[in-house]
Amino acid sequence: MLDFIIKRLIQVVVVVLLALTVVFFLIRLSGDPTALFLPPDASREQIEEYREMLGFDRPIYIQYGEFMVNAVQGDFGQSLRSKEDALPLVLSRLPATFQLAISALILSLLIAIPLGVLSAYKRNSVFDRISVALTVLGQAVPSFWLGLILIYFFAAQLNILPSGGAGSIVHLILPMITLAAYSVARFTRFTRSTMLDVLRKDYIRTAKASGVPTIRLVGRYALKNSLIPIITLVALDLGTLLGGAVITEVVFAWPGVGRLLMQSLMNRDFPIVLAGVFIVALIYAVINFIADILYAYVNPQIRVK
Amino acid sequence: MEKILQVKDLRIQFNNGKENIQPIRGVYFHVNKGETLGIVGESGCGKSVTSLSVMGLLPQKTSEIVSGEILFNDRDLSRLTEREFRKLRGNEISMIFQEPMTSLNPVFTIGKQLSEPLRQHKKMSKSKIRETIIAVLKQVGLPRAEQIIDEYPHQLSGGMRQRVMISLALLCQPKLMIADEPTTALDVTIQAQILELLKNIKRKNDMSLILITHDLSVVAEMCDRVVVMYAGEVVEEAEVNELFDQPLHPYTQGLIQSLPSNNKRKSKLFSIQGQVPKPSEIKEGCVFANRCPFVFGKCLTETPPSFQKGKHISKCWLQDPEEMEVKRIGESSTVIS
Ligand SMILES: Nc1ncnc2c1ncn2[C@@H]1O[C@H](COP(=O)(O)OP(=O)(O)O)[C@@H](O)[C@H]1O
Ligand SMILES: [Mg+2]
Repeated sequence: MLDFIIKRLIQVVVVVLLALTVVFFLIRLSGDPTALFLPPDASREQIEEYREMLGFDRPIYIQYGEFMVNAVQGDFGQSLRSKEDALPLVLSRLPATFQLAISALILSLLIAIPLGVLSAYKRNSVFDRISVALTVLGQAVPSFWLGLILIYFFAAQLNILPSGGAGSIVHLILPMITLAAYSVARFTRFTRSTMLDVLRKDYIRTAKASGVPTIRLVGRYALKNSLIPIITLVALDLGTLLGGAVITEVVFAWPGVGRLLMQSLMNRDFPIVLAGVFIVALIYAVINFIADILYAYVNPQIRVK
Repeated sequence: MEKILQVKDLRIQFNNGKENIQPIRGVYFHVNKGETLGIVGESGCGKSVTSLSVMGLLPQKTSEIVSGEILFNDRDLSRLTEREFRKLRGNEISMIFQEPMTSLNPVFTIGKQLSEPLRQHKKMSKSKIRETIIAVLKQVGLPRAEQIIDEYPHQLSGGMRQRVMISLALLCQPKLMIADEPTTALDVTIQAQILELLKNIKRKNDMSLILITHDLSVVAEMCDRVVVMYAGEVVEEAEVNELFDQPLHPYTQGLIQSLPSNNKRKSKLFSIQGQVPKPSEIKEGCVFANRCPFVFGKCLTETPPSFQKGKHISKCWLQDPEEMEVKRIGESSTVIS
């Protein structure tokens, strides 16, 4: 087990460093930002001076080396715009992102697991067919579109919910639903197929041969067997939810890391983009890591060894 | 003798989307109180489907009992609702399956799984349930019963798991136990131990046992009476000694000849030529005709009825008194020894 943990921890570090490297070069290759931060009538000398000050005039590998050395110490520099320290700025946006992602995750689990279980239990029934159709739809609808539709109805037409911003529970509702929609569909399908798989197993037949009623067979036995794969998927998706809430955050002006990342990218505020990428990649990798440990814990076959 | 189970003219149909197949056609047999009935036959001949139908465990949506009766203590099981069946399963009738490695749930402890029949059928307190389980685990010869009850299946060997399965079937002291190839998946030495255990348990608990196997040597060891199945039909039924001394059906004769003990001096192991026809390939005439060394005209066109001599029944045209005459004239060496 310890071996396993160490190996996975090394993977976490590698993934994060790799993500930083790729984004660093992509950003640098897309041109340097100095022009954006100076008035349009700035002279050539002024631009050069500014570049020199920021260090953009040196060879890229030296910039990269310096960036990495600083990054591993947690120093991503300052915002080119507001001069705030990049990493603390990103971290200050993290709670909002967490709030949105976790509430979306809980919402989708509350809907998806009962729905998937019932679908499997009543497979090929009208209920099952409708639920399958809805999940296909749910996975296909782009979240910006769903977000705009929700804003149109609930904010613009009915005027019962705010169209954006943060601060109270009401502000959370629409972005939460938007972000949850895809996960609900994904988890429902996955729960259904896993349950169907488990219900065919020999040990379910054994339980049935012991006189266990079908309800208990499905709700107690098969569900627990299905939880192992479901937990793994959920843990993996939490990473995606956290990192991938970008669009939802932008649509609803939700003050999270995603929105900050997007704005900084538009503004070519590189230090913040890199600090954001660092945080998102780190969260993603760490959550994967926790998922693996959790998986080992739920599955007694791995745990006892 | 009192009959605890009577299966009469059972016909089972599966519907796999488009076509219907009937892997069980007109199966007829019974189990006397306190006896061990063996059901033998090559794999695919319908032994498991037959036993699952007695337990009401056939897939509900894709299978159907087209005709026939399954009388358990004179109650027709083929007409029970799921709710009524549930009260019997694991209580009055229980079943042991072939695969001990996959038949126990990996995420529940042995104790949790064994508590289920008691929980469903007996009114017992938690501590009483635990006590009963430990007693039964000891009865099936498991060492460390007090610890095993809290362990998970993967911590046990195949032989131990099959003992757990036997104790699961035994908990409510059923009147009939069905063991579907209980030792096929086990090592030879373990096999002998498990069979011995089943024998003792059957005797001590005064129950009836249906032992399903493809291995005639197991039958010789364990059974009072034998039913031989072939391609979804019962082709022969006899008391165990009679069956080995005087097998009437050419299929049974072939099975006996292919026993290793009868093959000692021969360089090659005897085996019946050809393959069991699939349920979809069944034609008119005798089901064994395409593999039978004694096949003649009538076998290909007419399905033989069951011919009965005392307690010995076989479904072969050679047993037709008229045909026996014909054979005696046609061939010098008679088929029936
Ligand atoms: N659930 C099922 N659906 C369709 N056909 C089945 C099903 N179960 C068994 N069969 C068919 O019934 C026949 C008998 O199978 P089975 O009873 O398992 O044989 P045995 O136990 O004697 O080896 C086989 O041809 C098999 O393919
Ligand atoms: Mg079988």
